Amino acid sequence: MQVTYLDNNATTRVDPQVLEAMLPYFSDYYGNPSSMHAFGGGVAARIQHAREQVARLIGAAPDEIIFTSCGTESDGTAIRAAIESYPNRRHIVTSRVEHPAIKNLFEALAKKGYRTTFVPVDREGRLDLDVLYDSLTEDTAVVSLMWANNETGVIFPIEEISRQVRERGIVFHTDAVQTAGKIPLDVARTGVDMLSISGHKLHAPKGIGVLYLRKGTRFAPFMIGGHQEKGRRGGTENTAAIVGLGKAAELAKQHLDAGDYRCVAELRDRLEGELIRRIPNTLVNGDRGNRLPNTTSLAFEYVEGESILLMLNEHGICASSGSACTSGSLEPSHVLRAMGVPFTAAHGSIRFSLSRYTTGAEIDLVIEKLPPIISRLRAMSPFWKSDRLEAVS
Amino acid sequence: MWEYTDKVKDHFLNPRNVGVIEDADGVGEVGSIACGDALTFYFKLDDAGRIKDAKFQTFGCASAIASSSALTEMVIGKTLDEAARITNDDIARYLGGLPKEKMHCSVMGREALEKAIACHRGEAARVVEGEIVCECFGVTDREIDRVVRENQLKTIEDVTDYIKAGGGCGKCHERIQEIIGQVIGGKRLEPVKPKVLTNLQKIRLIEESIEREINPTLKKDAGHLELVDVDGSRVIVRMKGTCSTCARSHVTLKHYVESRLRELVAPELVVEEVQ
Repeated sequence: MQVTYLDNNATTRVDPQVLEAMLPYFSDYYGNPSSMHAFGGGVAARIQHAREQVARLIGAAPDEIIFTSCGTESDGTAIRAAIESYPNRRHIVTSRVEHPAIKNLFEALAKKGYRTTFVPVDREGRLDLDVLYDSLTEDTAVVSLMWANNETGVIFPIEEISRQVRERGIVFHTDAVQTAGKIPLDVARTGVDMLSISGHKLHAPKGIGVLYLRKGTRFAPFMIGGHQEKGRRGGTENTAAIVGLGKAAELAKQHLDAGDYRCVAELRDRLEGELIRRIPNTLVNGDRGNRLPNTTSLAFEYVEGESILLMLNEHGICASSGSACTSGSLEPSHVLRAMGVPFTAAHGSIRFSLSRYTTGAEIDLVIEKLPPIISRLRAMSPFWKSDRLEAVS
Repeated sequence: MWEYTDKVKDHFLNPRNVGVIEDADGVGEVGSIACGDALTFYFKLDDAGRIKDAKFQTFGCASAIASSSALTEMVIGKTLDEAARITNDDIARYLGGLPKEKMHCSVMGREALEKAIACHRGEAARVVEGEIVCECFGVTDREIDRVVRENQLKTIEDVTDYIKAGGGCGKCHERIQEIIGQVIGGKRLEPVKPKVLTNLQKIRLIEESIEREINPTLKKDAGHLELVDVDGSRVIVRMKGTCSTCARSHVTLKHYVESRLRELVAPELVVEEVQ
């Protein structure tokens, strides 16, 4: 069966040009970039090139790019570096809707005695800036906020927040894993201290990430070892993946400059608009005016997300859900709950995330297949058009 | 991706007996939209008192829909007494098994069936007996006790998989453990683990755990151990009795003592032996 892949916030396909760039680094150019000989040195030069390609995508200087193994490592390194650099500060700040890489790290640090503020969001997923700014004190070591949310695509005003946080002499980190390659980013203008990127979210392979570290930011390595990455991240470089990420960053920049993300947004809007029109009691989760161009989170009231996904799966359509049942936990998505999405909707929320490979035909397939699935599940649901129902929040 | 059996998939994609029986002889409603699944089960009897028709409406995941569908197939043709003997395990087996995390779907089926039978017999809708233990999912101590007994459950995680209790905020874990302990019979309750330990509390808890939990077990093999020192997360012990000469004592130390202390005191502990 043909796969219709609308789960690009989970992972993306490796661009064929990326794969092509990588392959020689598994076979012909296997030298260690740290070696003295020219065979290894050539690989080092290629890594430097990749560093420049990534730097250009986000408006950084090449020296500010540290290659890591994934977004989670970048996030963890950033937070640990900040608290290690300011050992007397015992307060850390994030939001209630972060990816587990940050959320669970902050919860673990809270258990170790850090005072932790989880800034709330409103019904549209927008950050409560008053709570954020009011929480900041001289004791605050770091503020970490995602640039855009992985489930809803809602974008936080990182430029403004970054300025406010840094004016108070506090380190600011942003998890830009879902943002890089989807909308133009400029760290020079935004002024963040640290920023995380994950390769496999922008058509590079899995197993490669980036931590951007603003020049002059205090830092302590998480992976202590050799002199790689200027001593900021020990361990022999994942050369092929780094080369791949460099190429992926270059391609992402070309597509952004060409405005291709607007085409993605048009497809997304068509999908969203048609589904809302054809399926009653469908809500959009998140601030529609301020989202990533590729993401939509739709809540189909009174039905359960796992059932929807499995029925879509019968047609080869890949999406993901904020429901409890899919994750093995019993609670629906912490993001949707933080937004106050009622249970009637949270359990039936489906995320579609597009990429530059998404075609109009794929969107049409979902528009054709999904409405009867929802009708079928609603016909089975005791809550659909029933007096048993009260909005439960 | 869940590993569902072909039978679960079949009952999910082609559910049997979906719908409502307007003049039902018994109706049972369980679950709620907040909990993520809910089932309304209906049956109609024939003149001989056998279930001639059963229908369901379910809000929930694939295994909830499949369990409901299976239940209707299982009860048709049975008398109420026969139907009342169906357990959640019977439903799961009928489907060729359910993933462990989804066993609560089969429990939901059994509960709806019971409520429907009680409704027919005019027994007041089963009054929630006992005390609410899990506030997140509204589960009582009686319900937990029963599911632990019927399915020989051993851990809090098992209870969560079967009846959801303990799957939310986690406040009730201690009480669930207590109920499991009572059911298993006379098993001593585990010392309660405070959240953040001071050094002094940690040392005391290590001492207490060795005395109450570890040494009684080692004594069965005529060994025991003595706490020598605690240095940060290193727990230094000396093996005594048969343990001191046993070639397998290192295995005991790592596999039993260390994992037990990690469970009872703090997950970062490392146990080391001195002669």
